[in-house]
Amino acid sequence: MQPNLAPAPPMFAAQAKLELLRLLRIPAFSVTSLALPIMFYAFFGLPQAQLHYHNTTAGLYLLASFSAYAVLTISLFTFGASVAAERGTGATRLMRAMPLRISAYFFGKILSAMVFSAIVMTALVLFARFAGGVELPPEQYAELLARLLLGSIPFIILGFAVGYLASVNSAIAILNLIILPLSFGSGLFIPLSAMPKIVATFAPYLPTYHFGQLAWGVVGAASETPLRAALWLVTYAGLFLVVALRAYYRDERKEFA
Amino acid sequence: MVTFENVSKQYGDVVALDDFNLEIAAGRTLALLGPNGAGKTTAISLLLGLRKPTRGLVRVLGYNPRDLRAHSAIGPMLQSSGLPSYLRVSEAIALFSTYYPKPLAIGRVLELAGLEHLAKTRVTSLSGGELQRLYFALAICGDPEILVLDEPSVGLDVEARRGMLETIRGIAGEGRTIVLTTHYLEEADALADRIVVIDRGHIVADGSPAAIKQTVGRKRVCFTSGWEVDSALLARNDARVDFRDGNSYRLSCAAPERLLGELFAAGVQLEDLTVTGASLEEAFLHLTTGHDSNAA
Repeated sequence: MQPNLAPAPPMFAAQAKLELLRLLRIPAFSVTSLALPIMFYAFFGLPQAQLHYHNTTAGLYLLASFSAYAVLTISLFTFGASVAAERGTGATRLMRAMPLRISAYFFGKILSAMVFSAIVMTALVLFARFAGGVELPPEQYAELLARLLLGSIPFIILGFAVGYLASVNSAIAILNLIILPLSFGSGLFIPLSAMPKIVATFAPYLPTYHFGQLAWGVVGAASETPLRAALWLVTYAGLFLVVALRAYYRDERKEFA
Repeated sequence: MVTFENVSKQYGDVVALDDFNLEIAAGRTLALLGPNGAGKTTAISLLLGLRKPTRGLVRVLGYNPRDLRAHSAIGPMLQSSGLPSYLRVSEAIALFSTYYPKPLAIGRVLELAGLEHLAKTRVTSLSGGELQRLYFALAICGDPEILVLDEPSVGLDVEARRGMLETIRGIAGEGRTIVLTTHYLEEADALADRIVVIDRGHIVADGSPAAIKQTVGRKRVCFTSGWEVDSALLARNDARVDFRDGNSYRLSCAAPERLLGELFAAGVQLEDLTVTGASLEEAFLHLTTGHDSNAA
C-alpha cells in the first residue's frame, strides 16, 4: 500500500455503512421491498399452500417465485435508483473530486443489495413458515439464497445501466416498467401454466425466467438444469454490461470529459 | 504543486480556457478572480480531474489530476455538489475521512468548520450557510496539502460569508496551499497572497493583492463641470474618460486622490462629485482594452 493513499478496508467499510444506512433511513424503499413480496405471497401463495404443483406444493413453488421477485427488485433498485439520484444531486461530482476508490463505491452498493436481499428473503421464508406452515428445510433455504444472490448479478448490472441512463425523476418509473412485465412474463407472480399461451411461449427468452428456474430448482420444480439457467444469465449479464458501459461512458463524456 | 501547461478547454464551440499557463507554489493562497463565465470553475474542474483539458497538461504534485494520488492530496469544495440527504453531519465527515491517508479527528473538523452544535443534524435540515460549512468541513477533513475552494462564499449572507472567510484565513495560516475562486476583489484581497485575474479564458493579470488592486481596483470618479479634457493631466494620473455627456463626466483612475488634487489645484470647479469603486467588469474593460495587462 502506498503511504499517500488511504487504506482500503476502512473506506470499503464506510461505503458499506453508507449504503446500509440508506436502507434504514429511507424506509419508502426498504419497507416497500420488504412488504410487497410478503403481501403477494399472502394473497397468491397462502390460499393454495398445500396444493400439489410441479412435483412440489404451490406454497413452496410460490415461495421460490416471490423470493426471486424480491431479490430482483432489490438488485435493480439498489443500483438504478441510487445512482440516478446521486447523479441528479451532484453527489457523484463530489465523490469524483474526492479520493474515493470506485471499487469501494461499488462494493458498498453490491454488499448492501446482497445483505438486504438476504434479509427480505429470510423474512419471506419465516412468514411462509409461521403464517402458512410452508416449511423450507435449512439446506434448501441456504441453497435458494446462494442461487438467488449469484443469479442477481445480471440485474445489478441492468440497474447500473438504468442509473446512468435515467434521470432522478424517471428512474423509479423505468425500473418498475422493467420489473413488473418481466416478473409477470416469467411466471414469478402467476405460474406460466396459468398464463395465456403467448406469455409461456416468450418466457424462456427472458432473463427473469431463468432466474426463476434457479429458484424453482431448489424445490425440485425447475424445467431446465441450473447450468442452462446460469448460462442464460451469464449471457444476459454480458449484454447488460455492454448497455451499462455505454450508458456510463455517455454520461462520462457529457459530465466529466 | 500544481501546474497548468498551455491548457485549453473547449465545450463544443465555447472556449472556456485558452492557452492557460499557471504554476501554483506550495504554502501559498492563490485566488482566481474573474466575473461569471471567465473560466474559473473550468480551471478548478481540470485541477480536480472532473474535466479533461482539450489541449495541454495539468499536473498535481506531478500526477495526472485523475490519479488517486493527486486526489488524495486535495480537499475539494465544489460549487455544485450534493450529499446523501439521510446522513448526519458527523457521519458525512466520518465517511469522507476514510478517503484520506491522514485525516483529522472528526471533533477537530467540526470545530474548524464551526459545526460542533450541528454534529447530529441531518444534511437535509441544514440551512444554505450550514451546508456550505459542511462542504468546507469535507474539504479539510483529510488534512490535505492542497485545499481547492470553488466560490466558497457564494450564496451566503453577509454574516455567514464573514464567518467563512475567517475560517479559511485560519486554515491558510497553517502553511497549506489554497486555491480559491471568487468574483469579489475584496474577498481575494482578504484571503490570498497572490491573485490571478482571468477573463474569457485568459489570464489578464497576475500579482500580489496590492499590485492587482492597482490594476483592477480602479475607482470611478463622476462629476459635472465646465472643465475641458486635459489629456496630459489624465495620462499623468493613469485616468481615462469612460463617459461624457456635455458637462457630465465619468472617469476611471487608480488614485482618485491625486487626480482630484490636480484638478482642484488647477482651479477646476466640480459639482455632484462622487468617487466609487469600479466594478470588476469595468476593471476588465480597462485591462483588456487599456494598458499593458501585466501587473506582476
